[in-house]
Amino acid sequence: MPPAALQGNHLAPPPPLRARPARSYERVEGWGMAVGGDSTVLRPTSVDEVRACFDLARRERASLGLRGTGCSYGDASCNERGHVLDLTRMNRLIAFDAATGVAEVEGGFTIEQLWKHALPLGYWPKVVSGTMFPTLAGAAAMNIHGKNNYAVGTIGDAIREFDLVAPGGELFTCSRTQNADLFHAAIGGFGMLGVITRVVIGTKRVHSGDLEVRAFANRNLREMMQYFEAHKATSDYLVGWIDCFGGGEELGRGLVHDARYLDEGEDDHPERTLALAHQQLPASILGFPKSEVWKILRYFSNDVGIRAINTAKYWSGRLESMGEPHRQSHAAFAFLLDYVPGWKLAYGPGGLIQYQSFLPNATAHDAYVELMRWNQRRGFVPYLGVFKRHRPDPFWLTHAVDGWSFAMDFKVVPARRAELWKHCAELTEIVLGAGGKFYFAKDLVIAPRDVQRMFPAERLDAFVALKRRLDPDGLLQTDLWRRVFQPWC
Amino acid sequence: MSHAPVPAAVPSGPVRISGVPLDERTAIVVGASSGMGAALVKQLAREGYRVAALARRKAQLDALAAACAPLCAASGGAVLPVVHDAAHLPAVPTLFERVVRELGGLDLFVYAAGVMPKIGKEQYDTAIDREILAVNLDGAIAWGNECANYMRTRRRGTIVGISSIAGDRGRKGNPVYCTSKAALNTYLEALRNRLSESGVHVCTIKPGYVDTAMTQGMDKLFWLISPEEAARQILAAARNRVNTRYVPLRWAAVGTVLKLVPSFLFRRASI
Repeated sequence: MPPAALQGNHLAPPPPLRARPARSYERVEGWGMAVGGDSTVLRPTSVDEVRACFDLARRERASLGLRGTGCSYGDASCNERGHVLDLTRMNRLIAFDAATGVAEVEGGFTIEQLWKHALPLGYWPKVVSGTMFPTLAGAAAMNIHGKNNYAVGTIGDAIREFDLVAPGGELFTCSRTQNADLFHAAIGGFGMLGVITRVVIGTKRVHSGDLEVRAFANRNLREMMQYFEAHKATSDYLVGWIDCFGGGEELGRGLVHDARYLDEGEDDHPERTLALAHQQLPASILGFPKSEVWKILRYFSNDVGIRAINTAKYWSGRLESMGEPHRQSHAAFAFLLDYVPGWKLAYGPGGLIQYQSFLPNATAHDAYVELMRWNQRRGFVPYLGVFKRHRPDPFWLTHAVDGWSFAMDFKVVPARRAELWKHCAELTEIVLGAGGKFYFAKDLVIAPRDVQRMFPAERLDAFVALKRRLDPDGLLQTDLWRRVFQPWC
Repeated sequence: MSHAPVPAAVPSGPVRISGVPLDERTAIVVGASSGMGAALVKQLAREGYRVAALARRKAQLDALAAACAPLCAASGGAVLPVVHDAAHLPAVPTLFERVVRELGGLDLFVYAAGVMPKIGKEQYDTAIDREILAVNLDGAIAWGNECANYMRTRRRGTIVGISSIAGDRGRKGNPVYCTSKAALNTYLEALRNRLSESGVHVCTIKPGYVDTAMTQGMDKLFWLISPEEAARQILAAARNRVNTRYVPLRWAAVGTVLKLVPSFLFRRASI
């Protein structure tokens, strides 16, 4: 997309006064709080300052890990042995074309900023995660997906163009036609090739600030998958919640939420529903101010408490599923994870890990049933289970498959940490045996050999060769890189 | 079976001895060369802390480190002397980073640097006043901000600011000393409120008369305590997560009364 075609609110970033990024020393941890370390954090505000960060890291003989808002659950944005480049201060809107919905933003611009700018103009981001806080550079680097992955692909599919500053300081503008290899490698390249400083991304025209949502309660996993398959041609969003404590006939019981965009004319007052005021997440939950809710949730953060909450949720979902479809705002439907601020703190000092595996259609059902049984047998039952449908995409290190994903949140109890990791390694054997994959934005458990089984060797070799070309001295590193890539490449 | 190595856990719940977990015994004391700062360093060294002692005067620092050596040998602690002028703000961020790396963490921060030059009855000297603000306030803010950001991201830690009972009222004796301490009180309170959701505690200490260089030559001293006793009480207050503590506690009564005295009377008093 040539910049000339973009019109509208053109807010050019001011020229840099000095190429010296802000610097601080702090704890940098994965979102799940199960991993982290103290690092020097550099916060550039311009491309020149990004280059200055590379120079500074080289001068201080430190590696540099890239980070946005730190929403990756595992170690993708941690760099315990080096410095961290935090892109959140490069968060300006460069342009938004109100005629086409194409946004041009800096890398640290967040999904929250994007939807809040776009929705009043009648656009919604094509792909959003379950939280609105990720930056677009981070979302691109991890190639995130949403509850509509099966229909519209990952965020990479919505990105038209981006600028990437390589560790040598060169700036590459990448798109499907220009530097196409780099375009397909850097999206999903988990920040190992360079800093994404500018993103051009398309959004979707919407005719209402509401979605039409219906619920379906499923007694087991098979029923959930059948519902997805029957509705994926017509529904715009499909997401399944699974009560991982369900057993026997009810193994995989849960709820599907199925949403569709409203057509033009279905909403009598689109100007009202598209306004930000309509999109507020609820300020209180069951009468408690939402900022206090995690403190109450702490007391339920054990097998007994979660079993009780899940049972209540499942049965209230059964009631909900008998009712008529209802309308819900985009933000309330999309950003479930943002309802309770700080909810992750309810997991306690050990934090949590999310084990999300992606399986092809043919093997998914049986493998997931095996995972759930294995969890229950070993006494590691996930406190949250989320099920989604996916489709393949052209990005080199993509996690997406023509199949399914099952995300399981495990509480990390410090005394059982090593045991949990061993358990996950056993799950990983099942997943890889069934032709599955993992997702770097979530992972904290897979081993170097696992990643070699996930991707064809020539794909991995091409990625490593590209990294060597752009980053010959190996400046860009994270704990994730050292854990799963460095040992073999 | 391919089995990824388990990454190191976030430290939690280790062995506790005398109330403070062993891996939470790291501290920085700014203004450590004499008085309460030096006494705090000694007390922490005795308790097995790794303490960075920061001060301007190298000779005193070296003497302090030497005095702490046997304490450290007995407790397993360590004292890291660092020459630093608290009024030199640009040095703070990188020095903070260097010291925390060296200590391997930071659980307790104490800002004990303070000056109270003698101000003549009819003296209005902006240069001296700015010097007071630089040490008593600017340095506290520069260090406090670094600590706040670090401890916030770790969701734990304690920041202690040594203020003064003098910050409660504007006294005729040394207007800007009172100002610096009043501002410090407000800064510490704001920091405490801001960090409360992050599990970080901020403790304001208002000492009365302590037998230090600052009170040398003053007359009419009463309830005088030793710096060692002050240090003991300061650490106790910090560990009990007290918001504001007069040291010794009986000064709370004086402070409360002084705050109530109306201005037209307060200005007649010779304090």
